[in-house]
Amino acid sequence: MAERKVGWEPQGQHTIIGKEVQRTDGKQKASGQAKYSNDANPPGTLFAKLLTCPHAHAKLVSLDVEKAKAVKGVKAVQIMAEPGQEIRHEGWPIVAVAAERREYAEDGVRAIVAKFEVLPHFVDEADLKGAEAAEITDGGMPAKLTKSLGTNKKGDVEAALKDAKHVHKGYYGVHTITHMCLEPHGSHAAWDGDKLNVELSTQNVSGTAGQYVKPLGVDAANVSIHCDFIGGGFGSKFAVDEWDVACAKLAKTTGRPVRLMLDRATEMQIAGNRPSAFAEVTVACDANGKVTAWDSHHWGTNGPKGSTVALAVTPYVFDPPNRNRTATGIITHCGPDRAWRAPNHPQACAYTDTALDDLAAKAGIDSLTFFQKNLDLTNLPHIYAPELEIAAKLMDWKTKWHPRGQGAGQGPIKRGIGLALHTWGGGPHQSNVQLKVHPDGTIEISMGSQDIGTGTRTCIAMVAAETFGVPLTSVKVNIGSNKYPQAGPSGGSTTIGGVTGPTRRTSQQALWKIFDLVAVKYNVDLTTLSAKAGKIWSGDKEVCSWKQAASLVGPMALELTGGPVTEEEGLTSKQVGGVQMAEVAVDTETGIVKMVKMVAVQDIGLVVNRLLARSQVYGALIMGIAYSLSEERIMDNKTGRFINANLTDYKLPRIGDIGDLVVEFYEPESEYKRGVIGLGEPPVIAPGAAISNAVANAIGVRVPVLPLTPKRVLESLKNKG
Amino acid sequence: MDRDQATRQGPGFNRRDFLKGSGAAVAATAVTTAVVEQQAAAQQQAAKVVSAAPQAITLNVNGQDHKLTVEPRVTLMDALRDDLNLTGCKDVCDRANCGACTVLIDGKPVYSCTRFAIEVAGQKIVTAESLHSAEKTDLVVEKFCEHDGMQCGFCTPGFVMAVRGFCNEHPKATLEDCRKGLGGNICRCGTYAGVLQAAFDTAQAAK
Amino acid sequence: MKSFEYARPETEAEAVSFLGEVESTAILAGGTDLTSLLRAELVTPARVVDLKRIPSLHEVTKVDDGIQVGALVTLEDLARNPLLGDYRSLFDVVDGVRAIQVQGSGTIGGDLCHLPNCWYFRSGYGLLAMENGESLPDAGDNRYHAILGNSGPAKFVNASRFAPALIAWGAHVRVIGPGPQQAEWLPLEYFYVTPRTSEQGNTVLKPGQLISHVWLPTAARFASATYEVMQMEGLDWPLASAATTLKIESGIVRQASIVMGHVAPVPWVAQEASRNLLGQRLNEETASLAADIAVARATPMSMNEYKVQLARTAVKRALLKALDQSPV
Repeated sequence: MAERKVGWEPQGQHTIIGKEVQRTDGKQKASGQAKYSNDANPPGTLFAKLLTCPHAHAKLVSLDVEKAKAVKGVKAVQIMAEPGQEIRHEGWPIVAVAAERREYAEDGVRAIVAKFEVLPHFVDEADLKGAEAAEITDGGMPAKLTKSLGTNKKGDVEAALKDAKHVHKGYYGVHTITHMCLEPHGSHAAWDGDKLNVELSTQNVSGTAGQYVKPLGVDAANVSIHCDFIGGGFGSKFAVDEWDVACAKLAKTTGRPVRLMLDRATEMQIAGNRPSAFAEVTVACDANGKVTAWDSHHWGTNGPKGSTVALAVTPYVFDPPNRNRTATGIITHCGPDRAWRAPNHPQACAYTDTALDDLAAKAGIDSLTFFQKNLDLTNLPHIYAPELEIAAKLMDWKTKWHPRGQGAGQGPIKRGIGLALHTWGGGPHQSNVQLKVHPDGTIEISMGSQDIGTGTRTCIAMVAAETFGVPLTSVKVNIGSNKYPQAGPSGGSTTIGGVTGPTRRTSQQALWKIFDLVAVKYNVDLTTLSAKAGKIWSGDKEVCSWKQAASLVGPMALELTGGPVTEEEGLTSKQVGGVQMAEVAVDTETGIVKMVKMVAVQDIGLVVNRLLARSQVYGALIMGIAYSLSEERIMDNKTGRFINANLTDYKLPRIGDIGDLVVEFYEPESEYKRGVIGLGEPPVIAPGAAISNAVANAIGVRVPVLPLTPKRVLESLKNKG
Repeated sequence: MDRDQATRQGPGFNRRDFLKGSGAAVAATAVTTAVVEQQAAAQQQAAKVVSAAPQAITLNVNGQDHKLTVEPRVTLMDALRDDLNLTGCKDVCDRANCGACTVLIDGKPVYSCTRFAIEVAGQKIVTAESLHSAEKTDLVVEKFCEHDGMQCGFCTPGFVMAVRGFCNEHPKATLEDCRKGLGGNICRCGTYAGVLQAAFDTAQAAK
Repeated sequence: MKSFEYARPETEAEAVSFLGEVESTAILAGGTDLTSLLRAELVTPARVVDLKRIPSLHEVTKVDDGIQVGALVTLEDLARNPLLGDYRSLFDVVDGVRAIQVQGSGTIGGDLCHLPNCWYFRSGYGLLAMENGESLPDAGDNRYHAILGNSGPAKFVNASRFAPALIAWGAHVRVIGPGPQQAEWLPLEYFYVTPRTSEQGNTVLKPGQLISHVWLPTAARFASATYEVMQMEGLDWPLASAATTLKIESGIVRQASIVMGHVAPVPWVAQEASRNLLGQRLNEETASLAADIAVARATPMSMNEYKVQLARTAVKRALLKALDQSPV
């Protein structure tokens, strides 16, 4: 109170921060009053639809849009691909049609005549040998579909394998999944003279205006990006896409506002996915269960570019003294990838912690003990060790553990438990803030940030309310426009640290200025002042109300701006560790895996909003359950198409599929003191391995490839003999 | 083979004798109940066959009549969203599967993408927007906020309407009832834990 | 979605008449399948005939030899109607549809006519999914396709969830049209056909016809159950299913009917398996044997052998579930 130092209060001394606080925009969202880009519909709006290519690999031979232009209600067409162009995946945009109503736009799309010459394709992401042998052309020339992504060696793996007590060789994999944002990618564009106003579904409000400059020749300063609410991003909505540019062009041509959102199938085909990864792994340990060697080759695809999971995260978290790793990318005629929640980590965890668990089983060691024995090979043993203890208690690990396939379960239903652990950066992004203390006592904070579901508005408001000692309702937060001070994109779990840090510092600085005024006006000792419960206090003595204090700023608001947080301030930090344990029930007669329980113990530094933080972990666990048990992009080798690009066949869990979820934050003072660290990504990493390990524990056999569908579980059970 | 009539078992066996004898037409048994009569009476006396051209219809939404002109092919979802700007029902899956477009029609939760606007003229449609105003907030909305049954919020209004309809029909529903009844909605952010608690609380609060 | 005329008959006769007036029509019941098909332009009728305002189609009535159920009776109404309380296998199906919206809108007639979920069909390749004379499911991804009755060009599986249970009960359907007074009852089992050419559909319905009612025989003294293998707890399609109707006297099976779903282009009547149960005491062992017999002639495709195991399990579990529900 006395010392003017930027920072958080000591643990346990905040009145709002760290508490369960409901979203300030919750009622708007729950009642459908929150408006998304997909909802933008000011008078005169035209609706646009895309014609896309139904082939995986083709050449556009000819294109005739004249009939489409003549269709009732159609106002303009925008050609997005020229005859002669090579199409490298299904869903490639060919033409955008804008019309008075969506059904007229569909009529317009139907009237377009596009002829394709179909070319041979390759879409089998797991088939490395097939990719090497495939006879594919690109631009008329023979194309090589595999790319070395490097090899990297440490120590002497051969010698270590020779000396090892237990050696395990295994094959693991995880198929591609898509982002599947429920609000598809797209925008609403309107011109006002030479000014372009865009309602863009984006995770990057401050960073997207400039992307219109080159394709449209518009001045960056004349582009307004607006996004109050975004219906899911998960890493796929950082950029202005070609269909957004087409939308703006259609708006220019017609002189009308235009809305163009992708349809569901196209959204899945072209608006981003998480690369697949398949790995052959050899891993070894000594008689004590200490991991001594790792040797792996992994491959997979991210579409036309031919990449997969980074070499650097292999093996994941654990770094044995002897290690070889090699990666190969496969070029496929599949849609291109985009950053997907914790890029690289979930796949790497899925082929590392499973291989380690198989080695533990081979060595006859309880998985928990095995992981504990090897924590010194990780980056954060001091975090994982206590987290494992906490998780084991919450899961009742000691009681539930049994050697693989030896559970006491009755009949065909077998229970099992498994664990995995993860790490993530989560440091803050660069965000600026403008803060106003109005003479009436209300506080206004503006940042060019966005709420991708984290609760950005709520967390900013909480920090300001905490600092000024006022109720949440006294704080007004403006985000969602690039006309506010520039803020970082919401990716990499950077937002809550990135926005709360500058908000805290600038709020503190504003409060100190007000203290100066209060000290003079009320003749009190400056060093004794504090702001709590809507009042200014000198020690235990009330000096004035917050409103009286605020009125001292004069007729105009006290306005401060603040830059991004710095490491030295101690407001934020990075690098967290988390532990997860899963319990499953496997029906060995149907191969159906049901979630019984998941425990997540997560280090996030200082918890800003406990209710919303828990939501983030729930969400990550559920997304993890999805890609572990049911969710996958299925590419049909015959047609080259994403054959389950719909929400019937692309199976996502529902409310009855998730079991009991238990979330615990690991927050001793040592971690609290690090300040705010992002949370969105880390808990989505470990579910794959934890659930796969639980299934192996239940049925006594590893189901190597995620998701663990009935087909794969039954096939693994059948092949075990 | 499996489809051999002669070896068929089961209680329906006798019906074939009847069929053999009758062979042709059987008169329909059509007993109209009071409920159906009422519904029919309430329905608009529109022409029984309308052309594909735009038709003037009246939709009763949230207690208000709205006149609009739409082709028969326009779904209730599109009419609500594009014509009436009631965008709480979201257009997500194209496949009558995800629940984001759920509204209440005569009190029952319905995917608004599975109804044509012209079809529901005269029925009482309730959208999520009506559950919250400066004067009054529905308990479901309160409970979704209390348990944070939302993240990005895009699926939320549809889920709210599904829960509202579910709790109307299943007061005192248990957690297990909620799990079984609410599988018609997809949330990508993964808010089911909060939604489940919100649904349970709302059901338990029912009189 | 292409544009269409909209017709709203108020009697069965009007419905038939409206269907007969134009060349291509589609029948709208609950809308849970048709709207998707229209949106994907897999069906492009000149006229949509909405049956919802025909009162007789909403009725459940007791008739001399059983119960007559209107085609537009919803899943929810079906489950709540006391007249249908003894038809446990139907209730099992409703219970497996984990979405209040579909329970409230979906109709029994709509379910019986639900077009296959085969992803090639839904992607526009037709029911037989042929391209350049080649079967796409044969060469492509057939993990959800047929394991029985798949020797011809049709590889899809019948999508109806009620059909196995109804056929096991010996249900008949009343088909009306195309003539103004035409109506015919036929066993539901013979309602479905396996198309052999791209011109054929998967039911006997001809243009201008529709199902108006389903007839179920008296349920007394019979036990029944459906077991659907569901990967997900929410709105999802069974990977395989089986329904059975049994008459058990003094512990001995006297009548048995077993029908599998989602394994063949038509609901698959497991005749030999049913016959094998007669005179037996139903238990885990005899149920397993019946299940083995039911799938003994399966001819799985390149990627769907696992479905044989699923179908086997469905049969066994349906039988044991029915045993639990058996009156004695």
